[in-house]
Amino acid sequence: MFADYSTSELMSIFAMQGFAGLILFSVFVLMALGLAIIFGQMGVINMAHGEFMILGAYVTYLTSNVFSEYMPSMFGSYFFIAMILAFIAAGALGMFVEWALIRHLYKRPLDTLLATWGLSLILQQIYRSVFGAREVGVTLPDWLMGSFQLSEIVEVPINGIFVMTLAIGISLAVAALMYKSRWGIQVRSVVQNRPMAGAVGINTSKVDRLTFGLGCGIAGVAGSAFTMIGSTGPTSGQLYIVDTFLVVVFGGAASLLGTIASAFTISQAQSTMEFFLSGSMAKVLTLLFVVVILMLRPQGLFSLKVRR
Amino acid sequence: MSYAGFKTLFPKSDLIGFAVLAFILVVVLPLGVDIFRLNLIGKYLTYAFVAVGLVLCWGSGGILSLGQGVFFGVGGYAMAMFLKLEASSPENTAIQSTPGIPDFMDWNQITELPWFWQPFHSLTFTVLAIIIVPSIFAYIIGVAMFKRRVGGVYFAIITQAVAAIMTILVIGQQGYTGGVNGITDLRTLHGWDIRTDEAKYVFYFLCVFLLFVCLAVAQFVRKSKLGRLLVAMREMEDRVRFSGYDVSNFKIFVFCLGSAFAAIGGAMFTLQVGFMSPTLVGIVPSIEMVIFCAVGGRLSILGAVYGALVVNWAKTTLSESFPELWLFAMGALFIAVVMAFPNGLAGLYSKYCEPFIKKKYNSIRANRKGDVVAKGATHEQQ
Repeated sequence: MFADYSTSELMSIFAMQGFAGLILFSVFVLMALGLAIIFGQMGVINMAHGEFMILGAYVTYLTSNVFSEYMPSMFGSYFFIAMILAFIAAGALGMFVEWALIRHLYKRPLDTLLATWGLSLILQQIYRSVFGAREVGVTLPDWLMGSFQLSEIVEVPINGIFVMTLAIGISLAVAALMYKSRWGIQVRSVVQNRPMAGAVGINTSKVDRLTFGLGCGIAGVAGSAFTMIGSTGPTSGQLYIVDTFLVVVFGGAASLLGTIASAFTISQAQSTMEFFLSGSMAKVLTLLFVVVILMLRPQGLFSLKVRR
Repeated sequence: MSYAGFKTLFPKSDLIGFAVLAFILVVVLPLGVDIFRLNLIGKYLTYAFVAVGLVLCWGSGGILSLGQGVFFGVGGYAMAMFLKLEASSPENTAIQSTPGIPDFMDWNQITELPWFWQPFHSLTFTVLAIIIVPSIFAYIIGVAMFKRRVGGVYFAIITQAVAAIMTILVIGQQGYTGGVNGITDLRTLHGWDIRTDEAKYVFYFLCVFLLFVCLAVAQFVRKSKLGRLLVAMREMEDRVRFSGYDVSNFKIFVFCLGSAFAAIGGAMFTLQVGFMSPTLVGIVPSIEMVIFCAVGGRLSILGAVYGALVVNWAKTTLSESFPELWLFAMGALFIAVVMAFPNGLAGLYSKYCEPFIKKKYNSIRANRKGDVVAKGATHEQQ
């Protein structure tokens, strides 16, 4: 399959696909970070994670409409406001869901899976009733349009770079929050030993609620970023949920670094293969590769050594 | 089987349950509804196969598979391919550029039947393949996962990924599988038209018969030592392991059995509905199959059958009249079944109906005994 291309062309192809892979990587990281917090730290399977992301995307869409309607002069900066609103909306919904559903089911992880799937169906139908079945897209502000021309063939879109920066920034923020802040210590101690954490005076149920809310909020930001590179429909979230779960499991559920590494591996593998094979075969091979690796190494790439 | 053996296998209450279900499926429904509706019920029953398998895997064994649609699809596609090959004889397909191969292959510029579809000219092979191929497939997944003590949530996610892979593969390899449209336009089975009303009746009763075979097998598994071990493993896996049992083998067996049931269901689906498509294979249908099982009651094989019937009937009725409401209803069902009644219809029945029936039954018996005693007393007086 490489024979038809010259070396320099191959290099350019790899660079281009590598960059396309990096954008995919950013989306994966943003989605998987929220999931890694919820699934990795709390052991809750949130099948509605994709719908939280789409909520963020719709919030961004609404914000951009409001800005172009009433404040066209400020349109360039709507995205930052939208991102904050998306975080708040998705996070608030997440905390509500934790209060109404999840907290009753901590002892039954498989049941949370079913309940959150039900939730995802309801949310999808709500989106469909409110926003219509058609996909919606946002208008990008001028400064996000266009691309850098690196060489004759290699071209780098600016919105891609922006999404990537965002992904890195949020990863760093989450890492700082988990490993440097007091709240992070509380979360990790609740994960490791719930009764003991409670005994030393940590309000475990409050920590649970905030953790779930944070995970969902990050999903909302992911959705916000997602509007930069694709259009949003009621069922867009479902398309990503399996990939995202695989990313989290593949990386080793409780490890943030593992999540990022596996998001990188999976996205790069997929986008590089996509150029040479058909899109569907690339996807099949990537998923198959991940499943096989997981069968050989069920604990994922990076696993915490914790005595249970 | 000895009488005592039969009695332990089917205690009285279970036997009554089986009889009631048999009465409903064999007598009431065929007499009560027209052939169009009966065919629909037959279609729902094919999901009951999957649900019964899930009761064994999930209810008894505690292994939740979100990839049962894959096995359903394998069974369905095997059957569909056999029928398709018969439908695309060289005479029927004379207008194609390559006569004698299925139309979707011709549309995709494939000139020769690929080797893996070749054996599906034979009905015997097809029937064997329907049971064996999914079992082998499940065995591979099972060995890889359970031998390494992967279970619970991880197993669910990986089976879900398998379902995703299968759908993408089927849709992507249009030339070999018929793509999004699936395998359609199936006509005859050994020259016998499968689209007539008569054939639909035959398939309905065949489906009911096979369902009862599967139910009997499932009942046997549950009542045998294996069933007890499964429950023990679900509750406290390590203790079973420390007692000297190889836990993974039991899990692998029950997963294979569940997948074989699903595949039989898939094959019956193809026969009754007349097509097979990737929409029945993927993530969404696989999770829906879990909900049939959950609504019926994850611990009851008979409940699973009722669950499949009720949920599908509700789906058809609701989506006919209020298409928008259906997803809300389905979502609410998922949440309600988990939060409010985790043992489903069967749980509701055993909680509310059974004590009532028992009370009635006992009071009738007591009355009869009273009658006999009273009669005896009058005899003595005379």
